[in-house]
Amino acid sequence: MDIQNLKQEWFGNIRGDVLAGIVVALALIPEAIAFSIIAGVDPMVGLYASFCIAVVIAFVGGRPGMISAATGAMALLMVTLIADHGLQYLLAATILTGILQILFGVLKLAKIMKFVPRSVMVGFVNALAIMIFTSQLQHFVDETWVMYSLVALTLAIIYLLPRITKAVPSTLVAIVVVTAIAIYGNIGVGTVGDMGAITQQLPVFLIPSIPFTFETFMIILPYSLSLAIVGLLESLLTANIVDDMTDTGSDKNKESRGQGIANVVTGFFGGMAGCAMIGQSVINVKSEGSGRLSSLVAGVFLMFLIIALGGIVVQIPMAALAGVMIMVAISTFDWSSVKNLNKLPRTDAIVMVTTVGIVLVTHDLSKGVLAGVLLSAIFFAAKISKVAVTEELVLREQKKLYRIEGQLFFASVSDLPDKFNFEDSVKEVEIDLTYAHLWDDSAIGALDKIEMKFEQNNIKVVYSGLNNESMHLKKRIGGLSKASGH
Amino acid sequence: MYNKILLASDGSEHSIRSAKHAIELAKNFNGTIEVVYVIDGQSSKNDVLQSASKYEIELKRKEKIKAVLDLLGESSVEYEVKLLHGEPGPTLIEFANANNFDCLVIGSRGLNKLQTMILGSVSHKVAKHVECPVLIVK
Repeated sequence: MDIQNLKQEWFGNIRGDVLAGIVVALALIPEAIAFSIIAGVDPMVGLYASFCIAVVIAFVGGRPGMISAATGAMALLMVTLIADHGLQYLLAATILTGILQILFGVLKLAKIMKFVPRSVMVGFVNALAIMIFTSQLQHFVDETWVMYSLVALTLAIIYLLPRITKAVPSTLVAIVVVTAIAIYGNIGVGTVGDMGAITQQLPVFLIPSIPFTFETFMIILPYSLSLAIVGLLESLLTANIVDDMTDTGSDKNKESRGQGIANVVTGFFGGMAGCAMIGQSVINVKSEGSGRLSSLVAGVFLMFLIIALGGIVVQIPMAALAGVMIMVAISTFDWSSVKNLNKLPRTDAIVMVTTVGIVLVTHDLSKGVLAGVLLSAIFFAAKISKVAVTEELVLREQKKLYRIEGQLFFASVSDLPDKFNFEDSVKEVEIDLTYAHLWDDSAIGALDKIEMKFEQNNIKVVYSGLNNESMHLKKRIGGLSKASGH
Repeated sequence: MYNKILLASDGSEHSIRSAKHAIELAKNFNGTIEVVYVIDGQSSKNDVLQSASKYEIELKRKEKIKAVLDLLGESSVEYEVKLLHGEPGPTLIEFANANNFDCLVIGSRGLNKLQTMILGSVSHKVAKHVECPVLIVK
């Protein structure tokens, strides 16, 4: 470990990091509570998670300046596990998620994230935004106009206050104002307290009380897999955004490992799985947080506020939280992707919309991502499997030249032989492969087949323009399919 | 007198006009131009989300200020391009003051009228805090 570097990451920007950490902590509290309610657990589960993850990631993360905590993407994946099996299974799943992520980091698999195309990432954030928004609709059912107007007031403060001052986070002001109105106006609206208790104490180490059987493992494994994938996807996307904002690089494998360690710790301390947060990280960097210290301060200050002010936190009206979540949904959604949908390549647009559609149907972000990746892989294969064959008569009744252009592989060669005229009256054909590349056995097999068919009609075949790599492949496996006597 | 000129650019109409003034200034004083484009957090987020790689991001950003770069390319003036990250106003001020420029050329208004209405104009804040002479192009 480079001590000088570590010192810089921790103490290179003390003032900026401490102030940004405080701002982030204030913004984290309502979100941690709201995400707990989305998942269907006590607010403390999200708050403990945000505390543990932010503190642990400060030490073991690979991207200083990035904020990780309880997130909406993860909360949305847990809903059915909690509904069917309860909190203890969630804690076990959180630990298993962490172990999977540590493995991912140790095996240095961060680079496979580059195979997730941007259209899938855009679909991912759009689906996430829609799901956060729809998760709030239940709070509006059978409510009074008082509740509706409090939500409207929350949103008005969030969006209008920055026009006057940006010194304090507008979401915090909105929550304070709306909570004050609810308390002093003595209006009977639903509060955080109705959704679960706030315990004003530090989390304690606990081993989840579940039966340690294979059956339990098989219950939590699918959830842990989804959580691990989605957590890493959002974390590495956020890391890229922070990389760009700060014009610095980061260690993605270390970050994957760090996310895993943070989730293992969180699970043992009664918190739900979390990951990096795009919104909070942007707030952090904008507030001039750039070091490891800001994440630590955010976590510690959050816990301090809960212990000091837990009595007030339970009185926050649900209307205020719903307002904040609507804002989170609006800012998560990638609006430019809708605006430019008709300008995008058609296949990109289809992949994006499919990703969103599958998430909305399955309520599972990881399934949407997998489907999106598969679909774009198919589109990509279709795109590069276009092979053009042009023919040219070199010498009448004697020699003909075929030029093949494109990538020759299993998907592109299926109808390649159809493009040749085997009944020709020439003596010799030359197949020019200058603008072609042979990729696999199928390519060699197809060429052999073409050669064989020509030879059946007593036409000699010569190849030209084979590049080194293709030549090597052809020599290694060429002639096999012909020899086997098709 | 004006040898080292800083040109703030965001690809807007105003920044293209500013570029023309900066070029004339540089020609008269035989100076060089440094073009700066500040990328804020929101654009960082959008660009990273919608681009396949960081090379594509850089290409897209240079594409955004292409009109300005074309003008500079056509002129005989020596110039350099720099992409900075942060809030446009403060980042520009910090960069201008740290690098001893002789003059800053900036458009009176940026890309987005609404933003200007909400936040006040970047050029106004910049003019107030930058130490070198500032030419605000209308």
